[in-house]
Amino acid sequence: MMLSFTAPGPLGTAAEVLPYLLDGAVVTVKVALGATPVALALAFIAGLAGCSGSRWARGVSRGYLEFFRGTAVIVQMYWIFYAMPALTGYRLDPVFAGVIAVGLNLGAYGSEVVRGAIAAVPVPQREAGIALNFGPVQRMVRIILPQAWVAMLPPLNNLWIELLKATSLVSVISVADVIAESRTLRNTGYSPLVVMTLVLLIYLLLALIITLIMRMLERRAAHRVGREPPPLLPRRRRRRPPVPVRGEVA
Amino acid sequence: MDWDWDYALSIAPEMLTTGLKVTLQATFAGALVAFALGLVLALGLRAPWSGIRGPVRLIIEFVRSTPLVAQLFFVYYVFPSALGISMSALATGIVVLGVHYAAYTAEVYRSGIDSVPKGQWEAAVALNLSRPRTWTSVVLPQAVRRVLPMLGNYLIAIFKETPQLTLITVVDILGLGRQLGSENFRYLEPITIAGLFFLLVAIPASLVVRRLEHRLGT
Repeated sequence: MMLSFTAPGPLGTAAEVLPYLLDGAVVTVKVALGATPVALALAFIAGLAGCSGSRWARGVSRGYLEFFRGTAVIVQMYWIFYAMPALTGYRLDPVFAGVIAVGLNLGAYGSEVVRGAIAAVPVPQREAGIALNFGPVQRMVRIILPQAWVAMLPPLNNLWIELLKATSLVSVISVADVIAESRTLRNTGYSPLVVMTLVLLIYLLLALIITLIMRMLERRAAHRVGREPPPLLPRRRRRRPPVPVRGEVA
Repeated sequence: MDWDWDYALSIAPEMLTTGLKVTLQATFAGALVAFALGLVLALGLRAPWSGIRGPVRLIIEFVRSTPLVAQLFFVYYVFPSALGISMSALATGIVVLGVHYAAYTAEVYRSGIDSVPKGQWEAAVALNLSRPRTWTSVVLPQAVRRVLPMLGNYLIAIFKETPQLTLITVVDILGLGRQLGSENFRYLEPITIAGLFFLLVAIPASLVVRRLEHRLGT
């Protein structure tokens, strides 16, 4: 009833469509939060397997990485939701299928980050662990991972945003996320300009929240291994002038 | 329901020709835009004037933090009504893919430019080369060479993003697969063929990129 009296023009439209888009945004956040632990767990399992001594573990990790990096998320979603039921006989819940597809995909990318960060911990740290008679598990948990974690966080920040962006595809398997809501609103005749601008702003806001959370984690992780914590908000980056000498040479 | 070879073989040729035509066209055209525009953005990040650097950085952050689908919908549905610019679905897809990945390749070029040793700049000054000449004949050739493998990775990434163009009605290999699936009530074979197509192109391509990395010694 109240809605019919709202202001005309773009702002009125925005006020009308925003509640629907926010409903969709809640679903987007749910899918993203569901996929995050899946991706993180897979990234650590595959990442640790990737730097293990066993050729088998490395091979499986590599295969997982290449398979999921080699195909597109949207194709995987389609396959899990539409094609797999033909083989297994039952259809997954759309939200669950989306969580699994996004989680498997981003887990593959994450495993490279984990592997790289572990490999980048200086060898003397490992040797010091051996010298102090630490077992392999102790070395990994107490010495290597805390340091690797510091190096992992900035790339994981990017990956988490990629994960959020990948969830934008769940509408193709009929999940009512923010993209699906925007499509419905557009088809009901609301101005696409207003609807899509709001959608972009919602994603931007979610990405900013992710970056803030990751900054806080980075500060804590750096603090724990005795390094200077990075600033919470990006400091104005001091840039070197583009050319050392300004090119004016007689 | 099991895998039906006859059906799979009957749709495979049509799907693969579409895949090769539309998907690769979108990939290469999108990559061309991304690589060119990315270089422009990278130079914008190194501009001597902060009035250019700031906005360029904002654009890059904005494009990188919003999903490609949202950008595709924005350009496909908003531009015709709001700006009077209407493009075919495929052209929209190419432009949006290009702009989206330009935000990524800009960072790649920037890292390449930053990795050119300072001595090279000094040598260019010592040789009395002009600013444009320094960029085109000293800095960029070295910078681009260093980042070629990374650009290759982004080419593969763009390739894998192209199936999202089906959402704005482009009929690529996935779009055709969806059509065939709904016509015949069998999704297993077409979607699997589409998936295999991506794997069969992306995995050898990433091996080539890795070899390139070794050859360039990065």
